[in-house]
Amino acid sequence: MNLATFSLATVAPAMPEIVLLALVSILLVAHLFFRADEQRLTYGLTLVSLAGVAALCTVSGGQGPTVTFYGMFVSDTLSQVLKVATLLTVAATLVLSRSYLELRGLLTGEFLCLALFGTLGMMVMISAHHFITLFLGLELMALSQYAMVALERDSVRATEAAMKYFVLGALSSGLLLYGMSMIYGGTGSLELSRVAHAIEQGGHNTYALFGLVFVVAGIAFKLGNAPFHMWIPDVYHGAATPTTIIVGAAPKIAAFAFIIRLLTYGLQGLTADWQPMLVILVVASIAVGNIIAIAQGNLKRMLAYSTISHMGFVMMGILAGNEAGYTAAMFYVIVYAIMTLGSFGMILLLSRAGFEAENIEDFKGLNQRSRWYAFMMLILMFSLAGIPPAVGFLAKLFVLNAALDAGYTWLVVYAVLLSVVGAFYYLRIVKLMYMDAPTTEITLDARADTRWMLSATALATLILGLIPSPLVEICSRAIAATM
Amino acid sequence: MLQGLPILSLVIWLPIAFGILVLFVGKDRDPAPARWIALAGSLLGLFVCFPLWTGFDRVATMQFVENVPWIAHFNINYHLGVDGISMPLILLNSFMTVLVVIAHWEVITDKVAQYLAAFLIMSGLINGVFASLDAVVFYVFFEAMLIPMFLIIGVWGGPNRVYAAVKFFLYTLLGSLLMLAAFIYLYQQTNGSFEILDFHQVPLTLTAQVLIFLAMFMSFAVKVPMWPVHTWLPDAHVEAPTGGSVILAAITLKIGGYGFVRFNLPIAPDASHLLDGFMITLSLIAVVYIGLVALVQSDMKKLIAYSSISHMGFVTLGLFIFNGEGMLGALMQMISHGFVSAALFLCVGVLYDRVHSRQIADYGGVANTMPVFAAFFVLFAMANSGLPGTSGFVGEFTVILGTMKVSFWYTFLAATTLIFGAAYTLWMIKRVVYGAVANEHVAALKDVGKRELVFLALLAIAVLAMGLDPRPLSDVMNPTIQELLRHVAQPKI
Repeated sequence: MNLATFSLATVAPAMPEIVLLALVSILLVAHLFFRADEQRLTYGLTLVSLAGVAALCTVSGGQGPTVTFYGMFVSDTLSQVLKVATLLTVAATLVLSRSYLELRGLLTGEFLCLALFGTLGMMVMISAHHFITLFLGLELMALSQYAMVALERDSVRATEAAMKYFVLGALSSGLLLYGMSMIYGGTGSLELSRVAHAIEQGGHNTYALFGLVFVVAGIAFKLGNAPFHMWIPDVYHGAATPTTIIVGAAPKIAAFAFIIRLLTYGLQGLTADWQPMLVILVVASIAVGNIIAIAQGNLKRMLAYSTISHMGFVMMGILAGNEAGYTAAMFYVIVYAIMTLGSFGMILLLSRAGFEAENIEDFKGLNQRSRWYAFMMLILMFSLAGIPPAVGFLAKLFVLNAALDAGYTWLVVYAVLLSVVGAFYYLRIVKLMYMDAPTTEITLDARADTRWMLSATALATLILGLIPSPLVEICSRAIAATM
Repeated sequence: MLQGLPILSLVIWLPIAFGILVLFVGKDRDPAPARWIALAGSLLGLFVCFPLWTGFDRVATMQFVENVPWIAHFNINYHLGVDGISMPLILLNSFMTVLVVIAHWEVITDKVAQYLAAFLIMSGLINGVFASLDAVVFYVFFEAMLIPMFLIIGVWGGPNRVYAAVKFFLYTLLGSLLMLAAFIYLYQQTNGSFEILDFHQVPLTLTAQVLIFLAMFMSFAVKVPMWPVHTWLPDAHVEAPTGGSVILAAITLKIGGYGFVRFNLPIAPDASHLLDGFMITLSLIAVVYIGLVALVQSDMKKLIAYSSISHMGFVTLGLFIFNGEGMLGALMQMISHGFVSAALFLCVGVLYDRVHSRQIADYGGVANTMPVFAAFFVLFAMANSGLPGTSGFVGEFTVILGTMKVSFWYTFLAATTLIFGAAYTLWMIKRVVYGAVANEHVAALKDVGKRELVFLALLAIAVLAMGLDPRPLSDVMNPTIQELLRHVAQPKI
C-alpha cells in the first residue's frame, strides 16, 4: 500500500472492526493475568466490548455505501444494521449462558476471546466487498467456532461434533474457494463490483457459471440448507448449548450478508442461473427440516432440523430475486436469531449442574413448575411454527409474499403445506408443557441474568409480532441502500 | 356520547386485557379473585358492545370504522368495521363469554386463572376476527384464536383431550394456511392492498376464482364444519370442557359461515355460482347423513356435536342458493344455533357435573328429581328440533322457503331435518328426562342452583325472544344481505 494515500478517512469505515480487534487482543493478554476467580472480569469486559462496538456501529457510517481498502471493504446501511444485530445477538448469547458456563467451568478467557474473534469474523464477512475479504471473514468465524465446539475437551460428543464440523467445514470452504477461483477465471477480478460488471458485459460466461455452482454449494453449507445440512444436527447436539447458540444464531445473520454480497450483488447478472439452484435448496430444506424433526426426541436435534427448514424459508426470500424478497429474508434472519436465542435459552434455563435439559421429555409439565417460563416457551414455539401473533408468522408472510410475487406459486403452496407438518412438532412441546404431568418437582434455579434475557427474547418475538413496522423499515432501508 | 371512542378496539382489547390481568392476579390456591375479575371483564366486554347495537344504522355500509396503518411498508392496516352480518356475531360472542364465565364457577377447580384467561383472550380475538377489514389482521386474529382453544381442549378436557386438541389444531391450521396463500395472491392482484373490501372489487379470471374459492373453502369448511372435513368436531366437542364446547359450537363454527359470507361469495362470485351444486350437495349430505349419525349416538355431547354439524349444513345450504330468504335464513340459523347449541351443551354440563357421565344410558327420569332443569332442557331441545316460537324455527324455515324457490328436491331433502332433528333430540330427551328414575345417581340429583338458573334463563329468554320476534335482527341484517346478493350477482371475470 502506498503510504501517501493512507489517511484516517480510508480507515474510518472499518473502525468498528479495528476497535474490536484491538479490544480482543488486549483481552487475550489481559485475561492471563486474572486469577481463576476473576474471570468474571473478562466476561464483563467482553460484554462491554460488544456493547461498545455495537454503539460505535450505530454512530459510524450511515451515509451511503463507502468502499475502502482498494475495493476490499464496504460500509453501508446494510452492514451497519447487520453488525449491530450480530453484536447484540452474541452479547445476548453470553448473558443467557453465563451461569451455565460457570457451572461447567467453561467461562474461561479462551471461550470469550474465541467468541469475540468469531464475531470479528462475522463483521468482516458482513462488510466484505471482495472475495478474499469474504473468505477471510468466513474462515475467522469458522475457525473460532470449530475451536469453541471442541473446547469442552472431556466430552466425547463435543469432540466428535467438532471433528465433523471441522472436516465438513473445511470441505465446504474448499468448494467455495474453488468456485471463487473459477469466477475469477471467468471475470478477471475478485472485487464484487468488477465481477458484477464483467458478468453484465460478457454475456454467457461458462467459467463464472461453473464457479457459481460451487459457490452456491458453499453458501448452502454455511447456512445449513439441505442437502448440505448433515453437520447441523450433530454439531447442534454435540456442542455445549451456549456454543450451539453461538454457532446457530449470529452466524446466520453473517451468512445472510454473505449471500447478499455475493449472489445478489456480485453475481447479480447470473440471477436467472442461481434461482433454479436455490429452488432445489428450498424444496429440500423445507422437506428435510420439517419431516425429520418429527422423529427427534432430543430438543437440540429437533431445533437443528427446524433451523434447516427456517433457512429454507430464508432462501425462499433470496430466491425471489427482488428487493422485497431480500428485505423479507433479512427480516426473517433477524427474527430467526431472536427465536434461536430464546428456544435454546430455555434449555439453558432448565439445565442444572450435572443435568442437561435437552430431551423434549424434560419439558413435561413445565406449566406446573413455572407458569411464566412455560408461557415464554409457548410464545417461542408458536413463533417458530409461524402462528400469529408472534413474529414468526409475519416473517413467513413476507417471504411467501415475495416468492409469490416472483411467480413461485407452487413453491408457496408447498411451503405452506409442509408448515402444517412442522407445526406438529412445535405443538408437541406445548402439549408436553401444558398437558402432561411433570417428571420432577425441582424448581427452576437459573440465575437472574438468564431469566431476564430469556424473557426478553421471548417477549421480543411477541412485541415484534404486534409492532413489526420499525424492524421492517430498517430492513427495507438497508436493502434499498445496497441495491 | 360515544362518538369519539374506538368501540371496536375496546370490544377486542378489553377482554384480552382482562385476560392478562386474570393471569397475573390468579393464584392456584385461591381462585376467587380471578373469578370475580373475569366476571367483571366479561360483563364489561358485553357492556362495551351495546353501542354497536344501539348506534348501528340499518344500512349496508361498514360502521364504527377504525383505520390506522400497522405495517406501512406492506400497506397492512389495522382496519376495523362491522356491518349487519358481523355485528350480531360480536354481540353473540360477548354474550357467550359472560355465560362461560358464570358456568365455570364451581366446576373448574384446576388452574382456574389460566382457564378464565384463555376464554377472555379468545373472546377478544374472536371479536377481532369478526371486526377485521384487513385480510392480514383477520388472519392474525383467526390463527391466534387457535392457541387458547388448543389449550382449553388440551388442558381441561376429557380423557382423550390431547388427541382431540392436536387434531383440532392441525385441521384448522391446514385450512387457514391455504387461505393465507390466497390472501397473498389477492394482495398482488389488487396491486398491494390487503383490504378485504378491495378484494371484493378486484376482477379475477374464472380459474383464479375457483382456486381462491377452494383455498378459502379449505379453511372455512373445516371451521363450519362441512362434511367430510367435520371429523375433528365430535372429538373436540366431546373432549372439551363445557365452556370449551359452548364457545366451539356457538362461536367458532360461525366463523366458518361468516368466512363464506365475507370472503368466498364476494371475492369469487362466479366460482361460487359455478360450484354451488358442489356446496349444496355437501350441505345436504351434512343435513341428512349427519342427522342420521346423530340418531345413533349414545353420548349426549357427541349427539349435540353431530346435531351441530347437521344444523350448520343448513347455513351453507342457505348461503349457496343465492336468494334473500336463503341468506337471511342462514345468518339467522347461525345466531340461533349459537344460542341453542350453547344451551344444550350447558345442560349436558349441568348433568355431567353431578353424575360425571355423558352417556344417555346412565340417565332416565331426570324430570323427577330436577323439574326446573328438565323444563329448560326440554325447551332447548324443542328449539333444536325447530319448534315454531323458538329461534330454531326461524332460521330453518326461512332457509326452506328460500330453497323451495330453487328446487323441490333440495327442499325435500333439507326438510327431512325437521324429522331427523326432532327424532334424535326428542329421543335423547325421552331417554334422559322422562320415564321412571333409572338409578341411584339420578335419584340423588339436586335441581339447578341460582348460578345455573341464571345462564339457563338468559339463554331461554334469548331463544324465545328471537323465535317470537326475529324482526330486530333481520332488520339489521337485511340491508347488508341485499347488498351482498347484488354484488354476488354481478360477474367479476
